[in-house]
Amino acid sequence: MTTTPARATYLISGATLPNGARADLLVQDARITAVGTNLDEGLGITTIDADGLVALPGLVDLHTHLREPGFEQSETVLTGSRAAAAGGFTSVFAMANTMPVSDTAGVVEQVQALGDAAGYATVRPIGAVTVGLAGERLSEIGAMAHSRAQVRVFSDDGKCVHDSLLMRRSLEYVRTFDGVVAQHAQDPRLTENAQMNEGALSSELGLKGWPAVAEESIIARDVLLAEHVGARLHVCHVSTAGSVEVIRWAKSRGITVTAEATPHHLLLTEDLIRSYDARYKVNPPLRRDEDVQALREGLADGTIDIIATDHAPHPKESKEAEWDAASFGMVGLESALSVAQTALIDTGLLSWADLARVLSQTPAEIGRLADHSHDFEVGAPANVTLVDPANSSTFDLGRLAGKSTNSPYLGRTLSGRVEYTFHHGYPTVRAAQVAPSDEIAAQAEAWKASN
Amino acid sequence: MARVVLSQADMTRALTRISHEILESNRGADDLVILGVPTRGVFLAQRIGAIIQRIEPDAPKALVGALDATMYRDDLSRNLTRTPRPTQIPAGGVDGKTVVLVDDVLYSGRTIRAALDALSDIGRPRIVRLAVLVDRGHRELPIRADFVGKNLPTSTDERINVRLAELDEVEEVSIETRSGEARSSADTRSADAAPSARPADASNTSDTAGGTR
Amino acid sequence: MRHLLSTRHLSRDAAIQILDIAEDMAEVSNREVKKLPTLRGKTVVNLFFEDSTRTRISFEAAAKRLSADVINFSAKGSSVSKGESLKDTAQTLAAMGADGVVIRHQSSGAPQLLAETGWIDAPIVNAGDGTHEHPTQALLDAFTMRRRLFGTTGGTSGTTGGTSGTNGGSRGRDLDGISVVIVGDILHSRVARSNLWLLETLGAHVTFVAPATLVPFGADTWPAAISYDLDQTLAEVKPDVVMMLRIQSERMNAAFFPNAREYAREWGLDDVRFQALAPDTIVMHPGPMNRGLEISAAAADSAQSTVLEQVTNGVSIRMAVLYLLLSGDREALL
Repeated sequence: MTTTPARATYLISGATLPNGARADLLVQDARITAVGTNLDEGLGITTIDADGLVALPGLVDLHTHLREPGFEQSETVLTGSRAAAAGGFTSVFAMANTMPVSDTAGVVEQVQALGDAAGYATVRPIGAVTVGLAGERLSEIGAMAHSRAQVRVFSDDGKCVHDSLLMRRSLEYVRTFDGVVAQHAQDPRLTENAQMNEGALSSELGLKGWPAVAEESIIARDVLLAEHVGARLHVCHVSTAGSVEVIRWAKSRGITVTAEATPHHLLLTEDLIRSYDARYKVNPPLRRDEDVQALREGLADGTIDIIATDHAPHPKESKEAEWDAASFGMVGLESALSVAQTALIDTGLLSWADLARVLSQTPAEIGRLADHSHDFEVGAPANVTLVDPANSSTFDLGRLAGKSTNSPYLGRTLSGRVEYTFHHGYPTVRAAQVAPSDEIAAQAEAWKASN
Repeated sequence: MARVVLSQADMTRALTRISHEILESNRGADDLVILGVPTRGVFLAQRIGAIIQRIEPDAPKALVGALDATMYRDDLSRNLTRTPRPTQIPAGGVDGKTVVLVDDVLYSGRTIRAALDALSDIGRPRIVRLAVLVDRGHRELPIRADFVGKNLPTSTDERINVRLAELDEVEEVSIETRSGEARSSADTRSADAAPSARPADASNTSDTAGGTR
Repeated sequence: MRHLLSTRHLSRDAAIQILDIAEDMAEVSNREVKKLPTLRGKTVVNLFFEDSTRTRISFEAAAKRLSADVINFSAKGSSVSKGESLKDTAQTLAAMGADGVVIRHQSSGAPQLLAETGWIDAPIVNAGDGTHEHPTQALLDAFTMRRRLFGTTGGTSGTTGGTSGTNGGSRGRDLDGISVVIVGDILHSRVARSNLWLLETLGAHVTFVAPATLVPFGADTWPAAISYDLDQTLAEVKPDVVMMLRIQSERMNAAFFPNAREYAREWGLDDVRFQALAPDTIVMHPGPMNRGLEISAAAADSAQSTVLEQVTNGVSIRMAVLYLLLSGDREALL
């Protein structure tokens, strides 16, 4: 493939917009410069035949683990954002459980800079709520908010801010910067050494149970705290029907709470664990079919606001182990859109417009992502994902673009495939192939120079 | 097509003759133990025991038993796992006794080799003899029968089916030419070579010709 | 049967086949020559990540009685305790030519992982994994019950006839209609789980009796009655078998029940409860026992107790299992 000249102009021809309308999109200088039908191809314009493809605003993942600094054997900012591009994402929020923990301005600025240099996606660091995720003292939230990274999302994800007083304080404190606390809702005492959803199956398999109430009780406490102090709360990876109920109740009271569900909690159930295959080991654990249905309905009725991947790469040896000893987590960036289509569009629960909302518009709003648009209007930043919804295929290793391969979907048939991803007006994915990293780095450099 | 070589009457006559021969060679029924090799050998042993008791009313009551040789076979790892059959030794054991092993068909001799090993782990008989309903030849070991119902020259691609009333409804010995793929359930009840893996059937072969493999 | 990982998916016929073959093996154990040449030249590895001398020597005796060579691989003091993965250990054993692996592991599912990953292509016997299953224990328990209830001899398919025990013998029998009460730490007991599935398959009725904190979550969907009251259960069920489970001292520290005295008073088979049992009620314990805690000395040492028979029968059952898994042509099973 020849190197695309910087600042190239693209004509996306005949794409189906989320609202069902058919349109041509002209992409020039990192912006959408024309929208219409039968736009002229003109000289020097690269035309992309988007007939049959759905154009979505660039996807935004509010919950990604990029592992850098500290765990580069699993993922780096470069490889993780490459995986993001492969999955149609143009922005990712990087969780704070790195080593060192992203609890200072220095670390979050480093992560952001690595993302800018890689150029596959906009990388927005998430700051830790407490120092070292230890749950004891507030980290330098203000410094991170005012740093070049302008952190707006704070989370101890991987650990729960379980101290009620500390949670209250953090909610109050981030309010000052229009920030949000993204809570990993997991009562630590109720889940000591827990391995899978607590139920008849965990008892049969002899794996220590992870009760739904350990999640639901923390969410219930937190929504009440958010109401009490008038702050914004975001609930990470909601996994149980009970949690959906609690959040639905909170929203009905006018509490400013938002919630996310992961793709895997929308598709997979605990029955997979009968194999003791640690690819299915994840935090929070896979739940029952009733929970999956409740999450889907929650997304459909707006109780659950967004889908976030909780992309959690792990090296092979962490997963090729007995269940107890294996790590929690699944990679999810590359498969998220296909899983969402399979679980939500194919089942008739959501439209493509809904999917654009839960995978792009709302996560951008919750994360206060600057310069994001979802309406394909002239002048909007050219962050666009083109997906072929008719492609139904076996998800295989070739679809993975990050460093780790701990995907639960390998060998599974999923609907839809990302054909193109445009970030800042240049394609990070062309004809379902991720563009090489040196080319993308050069594009990012050029984009930066022009801004 | 199977050809009947021994009818029910033929079989009864043969077993009666064998019983007389056993008593003659043992000079009566004292210290006699008849051990059938499962599956069909056990029924034949019971019949011989009954005939002996009819001829010699003073013969010991506990005369007949069963000797399973599965655990001593030399072809275990070449076939699907076999289910062993019970071994039952008459009260009084085998030490110092005259043990007559009874099997339906003598072929390669490997089953009898295994049975002799099994017997030696149970005790030390004074004499061990072998009685078979049919000797079809093709020995692979230096083993011969002392009492034979019928010598039946066969080729290795023929099979001998021994059917007994206790298991098979009919009672006869037949011979058939094996066609390569005709391995019906009736085949597995026959006494002959097991050239390939077969189900671990309870009424498995009593003799196996390893050399035909 | 390629592996023995659990009793959950063991069919009735397969279970009875194992029990019947164990009858043959038990006869061998009564002979002067307690050895069979069956597994000559085969190597059985006892891979024990968790200490259990009893189970290990039982498997060792079983393998040796079948003339197999035995390698004992204990995780303690080996590279396993230095972080070697289960995968590397399995591949090492495969490279050494293990023909069968008996694995005891603290993690539930570890035996299934060995059986299904392809790290090693050998029959796997689960000798206890985490709080999941301990299938040979359940089989030896069922074997013990069957022998006590139906006698030790007996004929299938009329092989010899006339030598059956008084009750017609055990061979070919299941445990249809037998009532079994299992008392104690069901939550952490792989023995209880394996027994439940096997006893259900064999037609027995199982009642679990335990403090509510030691009943597994969701066990109400299992094919067992659940009770928290031992006296009431013994009076109402009038069980054929009472099986007492070992109480681990660490459970007391984790607030599952207040203290040993209260446990013994509420859920122990003490002398009074033992005396109240019907005289032919079988008293079982997988061992090792905490005398005076879950079972009184009088009950443990009584004629109704099968504690030592269970040990003896364990060897027969494990011989039967090793025979079934290791003797046949594995290629033919594929």
